[in-house]
Amino acid sequence: MTTAPIIELRGVSKRFGPTYDAAARVARSIARQFGTAQKNEVVHAVDNVDLSVTRGEVVGLVGESGCGKSTLGRMVAGIMPPSDGEVRFKGDDIVELPPDRARDAKLKVQMIFQDPYASLNPRLRVEDIVGEAPLVHGLVKRADFDTYLDAQLRRAGLDPGYRRRYPHQFSGGQRQRIGIARALAVQPEFLVCDEAVAALDVSIQAQILNLFMDLRRELDLTYLFISHDLGVVEHLSDRVLIMYLGRIVESAPAEEVFARPNHPYTQALLAEVPRIEARKRRFTAIKGEIPSPLAAPPGCHFHPRCPHAMPRCSQEAPRLREIAPGHRSACHLNDRS
Amino acid sequence: MTTPTLEVRNLRTHFFTRAGVVKAVDDVSFTIASGRVLGLVGESGSGKTVTGFSIIGLVDPPGRIAGGAILYQGQDLAKLPEREMRALRGNRIAMIFQDPMMTLNPVLRIDTQMIEAVQAHAKVSHAEARTRARDALGMVGIPSPDERLQAYPHQFSGGMRQRVAIAIALLHHPDLLIADEPTTALDVTIQAQILAEVQKLAVNYGTALIWITHDLSVIAGLADEIAVMYAGRIVETGAADAVLDRPVHPYTHGLIGSVPSRNRRGEKLRQIPGTTPSLLRLPPGCAFRTRCPRADAACEQEPLPSQPVPERTVRCFHPLVAVAA
Repeated sequence: MTTAPIIELRGVSKRFGPTYDAAARVARSIARQFGTAQKNEVVHAVDNVDLSVTRGEVVGLVGESGCGKSTLGRMVAGIMPPSDGEVRFKGDDIVELPPDRARDAKLKVQMIFQDPYASLNPRLRVEDIVGEAPLVHGLVKRADFDTYLDAQLRRAGLDPGYRRRYPHQFSGGQRQRIGIARALAVQPEFLVCDEAVAALDVSIQAQILNLFMDLRRELDLTYLFISHDLGVVEHLSDRVLIMYLGRIVESAPAEEVFARPNHPYTQALLAEVPRIEARKRRFTAIKGEIPSPLAAPPGCHFHPRCPHAMPRCSQEAPRLREIAPGHRSACHLNDRS
Repeated sequence: MTTPTLEVRNLRTHFFTRAGVVKAVDDVSFTIASGRVLGLVGESGSGKTVTGFSIIGLVDPPGRIAGGAILYQGQDLAKLPEREMRALRGNRIAMIFQDPMMTLNPVLRIDTQMIEAVQAHAKVSHAEARTRARDALGMVGIPSPDERLQAYPHQFSGGMRQRVAIAIALLHHPDLLIADEPTTALDVTIQAQILAEVQKLAVNYGTALIWITHDLSVIAGLADEIAVMYAGRIVETGAADAVLDRPVHPYTHGLIGSVPSRNRRGEKLRQIPGTTPSLLRLPPGCAFRTRCPRADAACEQEPLPSQPVPERTVRCFHPLVAVAA
């Protein structure tokens, strides 16, 4: 495709380490003089990730807890700066933009959160939750506010008659609709949905997923859809990224990933997913647990659990490279054939 | 046929709140035999957890069992004095909860908690109890159980903690195990490990298992029978394959239809309109009728359990039964 990416990440990393106050810094320098070993506890939440998303695309980001998928989503949404690398919105590096243009760029990327109970201010009425941002940013005039707000609520499937209610007066599904209305009220072009349907009941989940698909068509939205639920991701996404301990291990069109998974982790993950079609199956399991990101294994992060691990896997991290058109995978096994 | 491990008959568990009587479990009946897995499926607030709590006798006021019988090997648990119930609970009947952090005491080491659980029901020495605890940990796949016994709950990951909770539930090889969404909070690969352990258990010890969940795909892989709950009632029960392939109740049909893998990729999901009703304000008659595409005037009456197809019990006036072609 020739269209320019709407969001592009180049070598983005995010590290979390402890922050030291003055006393701790003094203590550490004294400890250093006595030669006491100090552990530098740094978590590489996201490690050198490249990603580009074109307009209108739905990219699914899959991984287990602690793999860094939410951190990546937050950096894309501009609410967390990367430690290294660039986040570009329509070609501009957000960090280098002058403040007013950076603000406009960030406004175009909005986020929808997992927990509809924690992500809405319980003391604000729906009209303030949804309406405050467009007023502040001058997207709507006071005089037109009521009509604008009603349209926003209706678009998310909420009755505008409820605008003076508080979040606790709504069910989980309706709260998620409030979150969606809030994100869309500032007219974004890109939505980051972080486990947006994970907390919802099955029947409500289907309603919200349908709403996402309708909005995509209606508003020409682009999505980064973060989820641990492969069924949901398969249904919605054009392209799927699989993440393991801060790295993207596989990236391919959705049909391709589910038909021909390449990376051993993807293969194992797909095999584990319970499916309604699979009856009375014998559950087997990937051996071991996800290692702590504080002590990520050297080389390929997956090698201690991988059935195909070779000596090389523990020494050298495999690069993400193309194995078929549009299909990229980070595994040394691909070098052999 | 032998007596089933558990037979629940017309169980009613109601909560007498200031806002009114909440019929969390209303006329629920099912049976489960040794070595079988019953999947109890429902959305939040459908009464599936309260059903589990009722069986193991953990319903707190203002709730109480308002009627019906819970027959464990012929003995009615609902009428059992608390003393005798305590002898069964954790021994012959055990439960695993959704959040293992709530089951384990955070300030006690795992060995303290497990040895206490062993000695509560078996007259054995401390050393013997410890051996049993270690074996139980080994059985659920915890590496180096001897060392792990000396750890505190916070030193375990979520999946490991859930295994410890399962190991405690299995200490006395219970006849009946009630598992309330034990894998919901876990990752897919960890979930598969836990499911593998539980399957082994049902096979090896003939434990009857009630698996409570909202996740139809987990149930599909695990259960022999399925009971679907809606607003405090079981609306459909039958063999797992039959219920999943040919659901007869419109709610079951809608629920299965809304699972993404049951829909063509990228197409609109078939959704059930509306939301689950509050148990305080249930519509009279069939509780599902306000969301049901097949509802009519008849549904304003209470639907009684019927058998529109063999080996299937459904509460519906308009079941989806295929017309003979």
